[in-house]
Amino acid sequence: MSKVEVKNVYKIFGPTPQNILPLLEKGTTKNEILKKTGHSVGVNNASFSVEQGEMFVVMGLSGSGKSTLIRCLNRLIEPTAGQVLIDGQDIVGCDKNTLIEIRRKKMAMVFQNFALLPHRTIIDNVAFGLEIQGKNQEERKEKAQQALELVGLKGYEESMPTELSGGMQQRVGLARALATDADILLMDEAFSALDPLIRKEMQDELLSLQVKMQKTIIFITHDLDEALKIGDRIAIMKDGVIVQIGTPEEILENPANEYVREFVQDVNRARVVTAASIMKRADTLVSSKEGVRVAVRKMKEESISSIFVVNKERQLEGIITIDDATEQIKNRKENIEKILNRDVQTVSPDTLIEELIPMVLNSRYPLVVVDENRKVLGIIFKASVLAGIIGEEDSDG
Amino acid sequence: MVRIPLGDYVEIFIDWLTDNFAGFFEGIKNALEATINGFEWVFSTIPFILMVLIFAAIAWKVAGRQTGIFTGLGLWLIGSMELWNATMQTFALVSTATAIALIIGIPLGIWMSRSNTLDKILRPVLDFMQTMPAFVYLIPAVYFFDLGPVPGAVATVIFAMPPVVRLTSLGIRQVPKEVIEASRSFGSTSSQLLYKVQIPLAMPTILAGLNQTILLSLSMVVISAMIGSGGLGDVVLKGITQMRIGLGFEGGLAVVILAMVLDRITQNLGQKRA
Repeated sequence: MSKVEVKNVYKIFGPTPQNILPLLEKGTTKNEILKKTGHSVGVNNASFSVEQGEMFVVMGLSGSGKSTLIRCLNRLIEPTAGQVLIDGQDIVGCDKNTLIEIRRKKMAMVFQNFALLPHRTIIDNVAFGLEIQGKNQEERKEKAQQALELVGLKGYEESMPTELSGGMQQRVGLARALATDADILLMDEAFSALDPLIRKEMQDELLSLQVKMQKTIIFITHDLDEALKIGDRIAIMKDGVIVQIGTPEEILENPANEYVREFVQDVNRARVVTAASIMKRADTLVSSKEGVRVAVRKMKEESISSIFVVNKERQLEGIITIDDATEQIKNRKENIEKILNRDVQTVSPDTLIEELIPMVLNSRYPLVVVDENRKVLGIIFKASVLAGIIGEEDSDG
Repeated sequence: MVRIPLGDYVEIFIDWLTDNFAGFFEGIKNALEATINGFEWVFSTIPFILMVLIFAAIAWKVAGRQTGIFTGLGLWLIGSMELWNATMQTFALVSTATAIALIIGIPLGIWMSRSNTLDKILRPVLDFMQTMPAFVYLIPAVYFFDLGPVPGAVATVIFAMPPVVRLTSLGIRQVPKEVIEASRSFGSTSSQLLYKVQIPLAMPTILAGLNQTILLSLSMVVISAMIGSGGLGDVVLKGITQMRIGLGFEGGLAVVILAMVLDRITQNLGQKRA
């Protein structure tokens, strides 16, 4: 069962939203509906599911309905139609008390402009969710203190929100959400109001916190770079519709339509595309059992000057060159071990192009992509790295 | 041109009220009388010097040394003009009127902030209450409550309540939307939202309303003295009717001092919290 499941959620703003639903189902566009009926479509048939521990990013420009969508998840905005299942329980149909209970126990939200209570100290702000739940003073203080330490704000307990910088205020916002122990974090443009350096720092921190905590995070942003950086999967929204859902690479490699393509064209691909996407299939390998003569024949067939050697489990042994091999055959001392160069640069499949560039430049041979058991998955040539950066790699990898 | 006898209708309505709700008005009258007398008893039992010191200390604490000193000197001046008892009478009346205005006005303001319909209905009513010449309230007040401090307090409440209603509503409406959303997203009930978020955040504005209400109450002092509410208003009225310019000035000055003291104290209450 998915942690959060959103099924066919609609949100239409206006006096008679139910009358607009059939129009949307017929495929009338958002603009036509606005012109004809004065109703504004916030979310149009959104469906997705988020797994426990996943970081799911909803990305869209302003007016795309992403903030409306996230508010439908905890019913800060009442969806017009559809289901939102939290641990299998539909919150759209549930009564007020159940809703309050779910908001208290299961999800916590972080806001763009921090939304701290200006009349309370930092520690009391962090403890707010616990106070609402009716927890006693001691437990509140203890948990709030832990959350505050987690976000690196120890020592600021008694400060007031206005005394803190924007980045620090948002840490308080994050601590407030963490203090309740909710499994699900809803983050609405949480870092958008921060300046770029602080934003990057917060992203890194969120990622490292996430490794420890394994929360289910739904993160809203208008910043594609941010989405690509922190998202396990990304949903791209336009005019209330989710246009595409996929991993960062899937979205870069196979944009669902022209809109997404235009959107992603300026992305720094070196920071997103991984070795797995640009590597060539390792067709020409030689097993150490096959011997030097087979190796030479294979190199001649493919007209290459060196070949990677693997054992029978396809684990990398090293590389031999055609010069060394023919030398051995000439001298009739065929022993592959003697000419084997074990000093081969290997990389894991999720290495980013950014990291591959210096390696490929400093290595005499192509890079070998191996899994955790040194099993060969593919080979990366200088040219494949270049092609990967400009996004023109062919798809045999 | 047709003469609409609006005045006649009002008279008929007031007569009907006095005939049918005599007991109700009697009850209000007794309650108000008890409150005013209670305040007055407390204020006049505390010795003059102690009262001055209490005021000065409060003013010093909330508004700083200068205001504290000014308060002490000002009240001492009132005492030296032999107007202390009259001032305490007036203070009792103002306290009663302000307390009632708050008790009615704050809940009304909260309600008004939540309902746009009520907001639309109440706005003209509040305008009416505040801009109708205050003398007009005196007549029905006397009708229902006879002469004395009670009708004075009632007229004062009507005239002085609008700011606290308006500013409570405004203060709550001005609480940032995101803060409300944050509170709701953590699962607060509407009463938790009200007491933990909306009222605390609206407090500076509500206190500004309190300040306005107190000052409007004081501006009613002389007017309500015309129906026998006594106090400093009576002193000023005597000065007017007997052409005793000195007495009138002294009474007026005492009102001004009391007004300034109360204004400085309540104003700084609001700023401290902000």
